[in-house]
Amino acid sequence: MQASRHDAWVGLFVLVGGAALLFLALKAGNLLSLNFDETYQVSAKFDNIGGLKARAAVKSAGVVVGRVESISFDDKTFQAKVVLNLHKNVQFPTDSSAKILTAGLLGEQYIGLEPGASEKNLAANDQIKATQSAVVLETLIGQFLNSKAADMGSAPAPAGDKK
Amino acid sequence: MTALTASLGLALRQTLAGVGWGARLFVQILARSLPALARFSLVREQVFFLGNRSLSIIGVSGLFVGFVLALQGYYTLQRYGSAEAVGLLVALSLVRELGPVVTALLFAGRAGTSLTAEIGLMKAGEQLTAMEMMAVDPLTRVLSPRFWGGFIAMPLLAAVFSAVGIVGGWLVAVPLIGIDGGSFWSQMQGGVDVFADVGNGVIKSLVFGITVTFVALQQGYACSPTPEGVAQATTRTVVISSLAVLAFDFMLTAMMFSI
Repeated sequence: MQASRHDAWVGLFVLVGGAALLFLALKAGNLLSLNFDETYQVSAKFDNIGGLKARAAVKSAGVVVGRVESISFDDKTFQAKVVLNLHKNVQFPTDSSAKILTAGLLGEQYIGLEPGASEKNLAANDQIKATQSAVVLETLIGQFLNSKAADMGSAPAPAGDKK
Repeated sequence: MTALTASLGLALRQTLAGVGWGARLFVQILARSLPALARFSLVREQVFFLGNRSLSIIGVSGLFVGFVLALQGYYTLQRYGSAEAVGLLVALSLVRELGPVVTALLFAGRAGTSLTAEIGLMKAGEQLTAMEMMAVDPLTRVLSPRFWGGFIAMPLLAAVFSAVGIVGGWLVAVPLIGIDGGSFWSQMQGGVDVFADVGNGVIKSLVFGITVTFVALQQGYACSPTPEGVAQATTRTVVISSLAVLAFDFMLTAMMFSI
Protein backbone atom coordinates (compact mmCIF):
# COMPACT_ATOMS: atom_id res chain seq x y z
CA MET A 1 0.00 0.00 0.00
CA GLN A 2 1.38 3.31 -1.11
CA ALA A 3 0.18 5.33 1.86
CA SER A 4 1.96 3.30 4.53
CA ARG A 5 5.29 4.86 3.47
CA HIS A 6 4.30 8.15 5.12
CA ASP A 7 2.31 6.82 8.03
CA ALA A 8 5.07 7.19 10.58
CA TRP A 9 5.89 10.70 9.42
CA VAL A 10 2.27 11.81 9.57
CA GLY A 11 2.01 10.30 13.02
CA LEU A 12 5.14 12.16 14.07
CA PHE A 13 3.72 15.41 12.68
CA VAL A 14 0.46 15.00 14.58
CA LEU A 15 2.40 14.18 17.76
CA VAL A 16 4.62 17.23 17.33
CA GLY A 17 1.53 19.40 16.83
CA GLY A 18 -0.13 17.89 19.88
CA ALA A 19 3.02 18.40 21.92
CA ALA A 20 3.13 22.04 20.80
CA LEU A 21 -0.47 22.54 21.94
CA LEU A 22 0.32 20.87 25.25
CA PHE A 23 3.35 23.11 25.64
CA LEU A 24 1.23 26.19 25.00
CA ALA A 25 -1.40 25.06 27.48
CA LEU A 26 0.95 23.96 30.25
CA LYS A 27 4.10 26.02 29.95
CA ALA A 28 2.82 29.27 28.44
CA GLY A 29 -0.72 29.14 29.76
CA ASN A 30 -1.98 28.60 33.26
CA LEU A 31 -3.61 25.21 32.92
CA LEU A 32 -1.55 23.86 35.81
CA SER A 33 -2.70 26.66 38.08
CA LEU A 34 -6.31 26.03 37.16
CA ASN A 35 -7.57 24.51 40.32
CA PHE A 36 -10.20 21.86 40.35
CA ASP A 37 -9.97 21.58 44.12
CA GLU A 38 -13.03 22.08 46.22
CA THR A 39 -13.52 25.70 47.16
CA TYR A 40 -15.83 27.68 49.37
CA GLN A 41 -17.07 31.18 48.74
CA VAL A 42 -16.80 34.15 51.03
CA SER A 43 -17.57 37.74 50.17
CA ALA A 44 -16.07 41.06 51.14
CA LYS A 45 -17.16 44.64 50.54
CA PHE A 46 -14.67 47.29 49.58
CA ASP A 47 -15.10 51.04 49.28
CA ASN A 48 -12.85 51.04 46.24
CA ILE A 49 -11.36 48.07 44.45
CA GLY A 50 -9.04 50.07 42.19
CA GLY A 51 -7.99 47.86 39.29
CA LEU A 52 -8.87 44.49 40.81
CA LYS A 53 -10.18 42.00 38.26
CA ALA A 54 -12.00 38.70 38.39
CA ARG A 55 -9.60 35.71 38.58
CA ALA A 56 -7.07 37.81 40.50
CA ALA A 57 -5.19 35.92 43.18
CA VAL A 58 -6.12 35.85 46.85
CA LYS A 59 -2.95 35.54 48.87
CA SER A 60 -2.15 35.07 52.50
CA ALA A 61 1.46 35.43 53.58
CA GLY A 62 2.26 35.61 49.88
CA VAL A 63 0.82 32.16 49.12
CA VAL A 64 -2.11 31.87 46.74
CA VAL A 65 -5.08 30.51 48.71
CA GLY A 66 -7.86 31.34 46.30
CA ARG A 67 -9.12 33.44 43.42
CA VAL A 68 -11.54 36.31 42.93
CA GLU A 69 -14.72 34.80 41.55
CA SER A 70 -16.74 37.90 40.72
CA ILE A 71 -16.96 41.61 41.36
CA SER A 72 -20.24 43.48 41.47
CA PHE A 73 -21.58 46.80 42.66
CA ASP A 74 -23.92 46.90 45.63
CA ASP A 75 -26.28 49.86 45.21
CA LYS A 76 -27.50 49.61 48.82
CA THR A 77 -24.17 50.42 50.42
CA PHE A 78 -22.51 51.84 47.28
CA GLN A 79 -19.61 49.51 47.77
CA ALA A 80 -17.97 46.91 45.56
CA LYS A 81 -18.91 43.35 46.47
CA VAL A 82 -16.12 40.90 45.79
CA VAL A 83 -16.80 37.16 45.95
CA LEU A 84 -13.74 35.05 46.73
CA ASN A 85 -13.22 31.36 46.12
CA LEU A 86 -10.95 30.01 48.85
CA HIS A 87 -9.46 26.53 48.79
CA LYS A 88 -11.35 24.14 51.01
CA ASN A 89 -8.25 23.00 52.88
CA VAL A 90 -7.42 26.57 53.96
CA GLN A 91 -9.42 27.88 56.89
CA PHE A 92 -9.41 31.47 58.16
CA PRO A 93 -10.76 32.94 61.41
CA THR A 94 -13.98 34.93 61.10
CA ASP A 95 -12.31 38.21 62.01
CA SER A 96 -9.72 37.99 59.22
CA SER A 97 -9.22 41.14 57.20
CA ALA A 98 -8.90 41.57 53.45
CA LYS A 99 -6.98 44.30 51.72
CA ILE A 100 -6.30 45.05 48.09
CA LEU A 101 -2.59 45.12 47.40
CA THR A 102 -0.49 45.69 44.34
CA ALA A 103 2.32 43.44 43.16
CA GLY A 104 5.15 45.86 42.45
CA LEU A 105 4.65 49.52 41.62
CA LEU A 106 2.58 49.00 38.48
CA GLY A 107 1.85 45.31 38.83
CA GLU A 108 -1.51 43.61 38.96
CA GLN A 109 -3.67 43.87 42.04
CA TYR A 110 -4.51 41.01 44.36
CA ILE A 111 -6.28 40.51 47.65
CA GLY A 112 -4.22 39.95 50.77
CA LEU A 113 -5.90 38.03 53.58
CA GLU A 114 -4.68 38.80 57.08
CA PRO A 115 -5.74 36.10 59.56
CA GLY A 116 -7.52 37.25 62.70
CA ALA A 117 -7.58 35.74 66.17
CA SER A 118 -11.11 34.40 66.43
CA GLU A 119 -11.73 30.82 67.49
CA LYS A 120 -14.34 30.29 64.80
CA ASN A 121 -13.45 29.88 61.14
CA LEU A 122 -15.07 31.44 58.10
CA ALA A 123 -17.76 29.22 56.63
CA ALA A 124 -19.18 29.25 53.13
CA ASN A 125 -21.07 32.45 52.18
CA ASP A 126 -19.70 34.35 55.17
CA GLN A 127 -18.65 37.94 54.79
CA ILE A 128 -15.26 39.35 55.68
CA LYS A 129 -16.03 42.49 57.70
CA ALA A 130 -12.66 44.20 57.95
CA THR A 131 -11.55 45.41 54.52
CA GLN A 132 -9.09 47.94 53.26
CA SER A 133 -9.54 49.53 49.86
CA ALA A 134 -7.05 49.74 47.07
CA VAL A 135 -4.62 52.59 47.05
CA VAL A 136 -5.61 54.79 44.17
CA LEU A 137 -2.65 56.64 42.75
CA GLU A 138 -4.63 59.81 41.98
CA THR A 139 -5.87 60.09 45.57
CA LEU A 140 -2.36 59.51 46.83
CA ILE A 141 -0.94 62.23 44.59
CA GLY A 142 -3.80 64.54 45.58
CA GLN A 143 -3.06 64.01 49.26
CA PHE A 144 0.63 64.57 48.66
CA LEU A 145 -0.01 67.81 46.80
CA ASN A 146 -2.43 69.01 49.49
CA SER A 147 0.02 68.35 52.31
CA LYS A 148 2.79 69.97 50.26
CA ALA A 149 0.61 73.03 49.69
CA ALA A 150 -0.24 73.16 53.39
CA ASP A 151 3.49 73.05 54.24
CA MET A 152 4.25 75.81 51.75
CA GLY A 153 1.43 77.94 53.13
CA SER A 154 2.54 77.60 56.77
CA ALA A 155 6.26 78.08 56.17
CA PRO A 156 7.29 81.73 55.83
CA ALA A 157 8.65 82.08 52.30
CA PRO A 158 11.79 84.18 52.48
CA ALA A 159 12.00 86.79 49.76
CA GLY A 160 14.58 86.15 47.04
CA ASP A 161 14.90 82.46 47.88
CA LYS A 162 17.10 80.90 45.19
CA LYS A 163 16.05 77.34 45.98
CA MET B 1 -21.89 55.87 -20.22
CA THR B 2 -24.15 52.95 -21.05
CA ALA B 3 -21.09 50.88 -21.88
CA LEU B 4 -19.62 51.67 -18.49
CA THR B 5 -22.85 50.79 -16.68
CA ALA B 6 -23.12 47.60 -18.69
CA SER B 7 -19.58 46.52 -17.89
CA LEU B 8 -20.11 47.35 -14.22
CA GLY B 9 -23.26 45.29 -14.19
CA LEU B 10 -21.49 42.42 -15.92
CA ALA B 11 -18.63 42.53 -13.41
CA LEU B 12 -21.09 42.55 -10.52
CA ARG B 13 -23.06 39.65 -11.95
CA GLN B 14 -19.90 37.64 -12.55
CA THR B 15 -18.68 38.30 -9.01
CA LEU B 16 -22.03 37.25 -7.59
CA ALA B 17 -22.04 34.13 -9.74
CA GLY B 18 -18.49 33.34 -8.60
CA VAL B 19 -19.42 33.72 -4.94
CA GLY B 20 -22.50 31.60 -5.41
CA TRP B 21 -20.53 28.92 -7.23
CA GLY B 22 -17.89 28.96 -4.48
CA ALA B 23 -20.52 28.59 -1.75
CA ARG B 24 -22.08 25.68 -3.62
CA LEU B 25 -18.65 24.05 -4.02
CA PHE B 26 -17.99 24.49 -0.29
CA VAL B 27 -21.23 22.75 0.62
CA GLN B 28 -20.52 19.98 -1.91
CA ILE B 29 -17.04 19.38 -0.47
CA LEU B 30 -18.48 19.25 3.03
CA ALA B 31 -21.25 16.91 1.90
CA ARG B 32 -18.61 14.50 0.57
CA SER B 33 -16.61 14.53 3.81
CA LEU B 34 -17.81 11.16 5.04
CA PRO B 35 -16.75 9.06 2.02
CA ALA B 36 -13.48 11.03 1.89
CA LEU B 37 -12.76 10.50 5.58
CA ALA B 38 -13.73 6.85 5.27
CA ARG B 39 -10.77 6.38 2.92
CA PHE B 40 -8.45 7.93 5.44
CA SER B 41 -5.27 7.00 3.59
CA LEU B 42 -6.09 9.75 1.06
CA VAL B 43 -6.47 12.33 3.83
CA ARG B 44 -3.31 11.07 5.53
CA GLU B 45 -1.38 11.48 2.31
CA GLN B 46 -2.56 15.11 2.16
CA VAL B 47 -1.69 15.73 5.81
CA PHE B 48 1.80 14.52 4.95
CA PHE B 49 2.01 16.72 1.88
CA LEU B 50 0.47 19.85 3.46
CA GLY B 51 1.65 19.40 7.03
CA ASN B 52 4.94 17.53 7.24
CA ARG B 53 6.39 19.26 4.20
CA SER B 54 5.50 22.70 5.66
CA LEU B 55 6.95 21.91 9.06
CA SER B 56 10.44 23.20 8.29
CA ILE B 57 9.38 26.62 6.97
CA ILE B 58 6.87 27.02 9.83
CA GLY B 59 9.41 26.03 12.46
CA VAL B 60 12.18 28.29 11.17
CA SER B 61 9.80 31.24 10.71
CA GLY B 62 8.40 30.74 14.20
CA LEU B 63 11.87 30.69 15.69
CA PHE B 64 12.87 33.93 14.02
CA VAL B 65 9.58 35.67 14.78
CA GLY B 66 10.12 34.71 18.43
CA PHE B 67 13.67 36.07 18.34
CA VAL B 68 12.54 39.39 16.88
CA LEU B 69 9.56 39.74 19.22
CA ALA B 70 11.80 39.25 22.24
CA LEU B 71 14.38 41.75 20.99
CA GLN B 72 11.84 44.42 20.06
CA GLY B 73 9.71 43.82 23.12
CA TYR B 74 12.73 44.08 25.40
CA TYR B 75 13.72 47.37 23.76
CA THR B 76 10.38 48.94 24.66
CA LEU B 77 9.73 47.25 27.98
CA GLN B 78 13.12 47.97 29.54
CA ARG B 79 12.31 51.69 29.30
CA TYR B 80 9.54 51.09 31.80
CA GLY B 81 11.63 48.81 33.95
CA SER B 82 9.49 45.77 33.24
CA ALA B 83 11.79 43.74 31.03
CA GLU B 84 10.53 40.52 32.65
CA ALA B 85 7.18 41.04 30.95
CA VAL B 86 8.86 40.22 27.62
CA GLY B 87 7.81 36.59 28.09
CA LEU B 88 4.20 37.62 28.43
CA LEU B 89 4.46 39.89 25.40
CA VAL B 90 6.01 37.18 23.23
CA ALA B 91 3.52 34.53 24.32
CA LEU B 92 0.40 36.68 23.98
CA SER B 93 1.32 38.10 20.58
CA LEU B 94 2.22 34.66 19.26
CA VAL B 95 -0.71 32.74 20.67
CA ARG B 96 -3.39 35.32 19.95
CA GLU B 97 -2.28 36.83 16.65
CA LEU B 98 0.99 36.00 14.98
CA GLY B 99 0.84 32.22 15.36
CA PRO B 100 -2.42 31.70 13.47
CA VAL B 101 -2.02 34.62 11.03
CA VAL B 102 1.60 34.19 9.95
CA THR B 103 1.15 30.42 9.75
CA ALA B 104 -1.91 30.91 7.54
CA LEU B 105 -0.02 33.31 5.26
CA LEU B 106 2.94 30.93 4.99
CA PHE B 107 0.56 28.00 4.55
CA ALA B 108 -1.13 29.84 1.67
CA GLY B 109 2.23 30.40 0.02
CA ARG B 110 3.71 26.98 0.71
CA ALA B 111 0.73 24.62 0.53
CA GLY B 112 -2.14 26.57 -1.01
CA THR B 113 -0.28 27.34 -4.20
CA SER B 114 0.72 23.73 -4.74
CA LEU B 115 -2.89 22.62 -4.19
CA THR B 116 -4.11 25.10 -6.80
CA ALA B 117 -1.40 24.20 -9.27
CA GLU B 118 -1.98 20.47 -8.80
CA ILE B 119 -5.73 20.65 -9.30
CA GLY B 120 -5.38 23.19 -12.10
CA LEU B 121 -2.98 20.89 -13.96
CA MET B 122 -5.26 17.94 -13.34
CA LYS B 123 -8.01 19.96 -14.92
CA ALA B 124 -5.79 21.11 -17.81
CA GLY B 125 -4.70 17.52 -18.42
CA GLU B 126 -8.37 16.49 -18.37
CA GLN B 127 -7.73 14.07 -15.53
CA LEU B 128 -10.77 15.36 -13.66
CA THR B 129 -12.94 14.78 -16.75
CA ALA B 130 -11.45 11.31 -17.12
CA MET B 131 -12.38 10.55 -13.51
CA GLU B 132 -15.94 11.62 -14.16
CA MET B 133 -16.00 9.36 -17.21
CA MET B 134 -15.00 6.45 -14.96
CA ALA B 135 -17.79 7.40 -12.54
CA VAL B 136 -15.27 8.55 -9.94
CA ASP B 137 -16.39 11.78 -8.34
CA PRO B 138 -13.42 14.21 -8.41
CA LEU B 139 -14.92 16.11 -5.47
CA THR B 140 -14.82 12.98 -3.31
CA ARG B 141 -11.56 11.60 -4.66
CA VAL B 142 -9.51 14.80 -5.09
CA LEU B 143 -10.97 17.89 -3.41
CA SER B 144 -12.46 16.62 -0.17
CA PRO B 145 -9.35 14.72 1.07
CA ARG B 146 -7.24 17.80 0.36
CA PHE B 147 -9.70 19.99 2.24
CA TRP B 148 -9.57 17.75 5.31
CA GLY B 149 -5.82 17.44 5.05
CA GLY B 150 -5.50 21.22 5.24
CA PHE B 151 -8.10 21.39 8.00
CA ILE B 152 -6.07 18.95 10.13
CA ALA B 153 -2.61 20.29 9.29
CA MET B 154 -3.18 24.01 9.76
CA PRO B 155 -3.98 24.17 13.54
CA LEU B 156 -1.10 21.80 14.27
CA LEU B 157 1.25 23.98 12.24
CA ALA B 158 0.02 27.11 14.04
CA ALA B 159 0.58 25.44 17.41
CA VAL B 160 4.11 24.45 16.36
CA PHE B 161 4.74 28.01 15.19
CA SER B 162 3.64 29.52 18.51
CA ALA B 163 5.51 26.97 20.61
CA VAL B 164 8.73 27.33 18.63
CA GLY B 165 8.32 31.10 18.74
CA ILE B 166 8.03 31.09 22.52
CA VAL B 167 11.15 28.96 22.76
CA GLY B 168 12.86 31.43 20.40
CA GLY B 169 11.74 34.31 22.59
CA TRP B 170 13.15 32.50 25.61
CA LEU B 171 16.46 31.93 23.81
CA VAL B 172 16.87 35.66 23.16
CA ALA B 173 15.45 36.92 26.45
CA VAL B 174 17.04 34.57 28.97
CA PRO B 175 20.45 33.33 27.74
CA LEU B 176 21.19 36.27 25.42
CA ILE B 177 19.80 39.36 27.17
CA GLY B 178 19.98 37.89 30.65
CA ILE B 179 16.42 38.33 31.93
CA ASP B 180 15.62 36.09 34.88
CA GLY B 181 14.22 32.83 33.52
CA GLY B 182 11.85 32.24 36.41
CA SER B 183 10.05 35.54 36.05
CA PHE B 184 10.04 35.14 32.26
CA TRP B 185 7.89 32.02 32.61
CA SER B 186 5.86 33.11 35.63
CA GLN B 187 4.84 36.42 34.00
CA MET B 188 3.82 34.42 30.96
CA GLN B 189 1.84 31.89 32.96
CA GLY B 190 0.21 34.66 34.96
CA GLY B 191 -1.04 36.45 31.87
CA VAL B 192 -1.86 33.75 29.31
CA ASP B 193 -5.24 32.14 29.81
CA VAL B 194 -5.65 28.63 28.43
CA PHE B 195 -9.17 29.08 27.11
CA ALA B 196 -9.32 32.80 26.34
CA ASP B 197 -5.92 33.03 24.66
CA VAL B 198 -4.67 29.59 23.61
CA GLY B 199 -8.17 28.27 22.86
CA ASN B 200 -9.16 31.26 20.78
CA GLY B 201 -5.86 31.03 18.91
CA VAL B 202 -6.69 27.43 18.01
CA ILE B 203 -10.17 28.49 16.83
CA LYS B 204 -8.55 31.17 14.68
CA SER B 205 -6.15 28.69 13.13
CA LEU B 206 -9.03 26.30 12.36
CA VAL B 207 -10.92 29.07 10.58
CA PHE B 208 -7.81 30.10 8.66
CA GLY B 209 -7.13 26.47 7.72
CA ILE B 210 -10.60 26.18 6.23
CA THR B 211 -10.22 29.54 4.46
CA VAL B 212 -6.82 28.96 2.88
CA THR B 213 -7.47 25.35 1.86
CA PHE B 214 -10.86 26.12 0.41
CA VAL B 215 -9.65 29.16 -1.54
CA ALA B 216 -6.79 27.09 -2.98
CA LEU B 217 -9.10 24.24 -3.98
CA GLN B 218 -11.73 26.56 -5.41
CA GLN B 219 -9.18 28.48 -7.49
CA GLY B 220 -7.69 25.27 -8.82
CA TYR B 221 -11.08 23.78 -9.63
CA ALA B 222 -12.30 26.98 -11.30
CA CYS B 223 -9.20 27.87 -13.30
CA SER B 224 -9.24 27.91 -17.05
CA PRO B 225 -7.41 24.77 -18.26
CA THR B 226 -4.45 26.50 -19.87
CA PRO B 227 -0.89 27.22 -18.63
CA GLU B 228 -1.82 30.90 -18.19
CA GLY B 229 -5.01 29.92 -16.40
CA VAL B 230 -3.13 27.78 -13.90
CA ALA B 231 -0.56 30.53 -13.36
CA GLN B 232 -3.25 33.14 -12.74
CA ALA B 233 -5.17 30.82 -10.44
CA THR B 234 -2.03 30.19 -8.36
CA THR B 235 -1.44 33.91 -8.00
CA ARG B 236 -5.07 34.52 -7.10
CA THR B 237 -4.87 31.81 -4.43
CA VAL B 238 -2.15 33.72 -2.59
CA VAL B 239 -3.84 37.10 -3.00
CA ILE B 240 -7.36 36.03 -2.08
CA SER B 241 -6.45 33.73 0.78
CA SER B 242 -4.06 36.27 2.33
CA LEU B 243 -6.68 39.02 2.18
CA ALA B 244 -9.36 36.66 3.48
CA VAL B 245 -7.15 35.56 6.37
CA LEU B 246 -6.45 39.15 7.38
CA ALA B 247 -10.12 40.12 7.11
CA PHE B 248 -11.26 37.07 9.09
CA ASP B 249 -8.55 37.78 11.64
CA PHE B 250 -9.94 41.25 12.26
CA MET B 251 -13.48 39.92 12.59
CA LEU B 252 -12.49 37.06 14.89
CA THR B 253 -10.34 39.34 17.05
CA ALA B 254 -13.16 41.83 17.33
CA MET B 255 -15.54 39.05 18.38
CA MET B 256 -13.19 37.22 20.76
CA PHE B 257 -11.16 39.87 22.50
CA SER B 258 -13.32 42.97 22.31
CA ILE B 259 -14.39 42.87 25.94
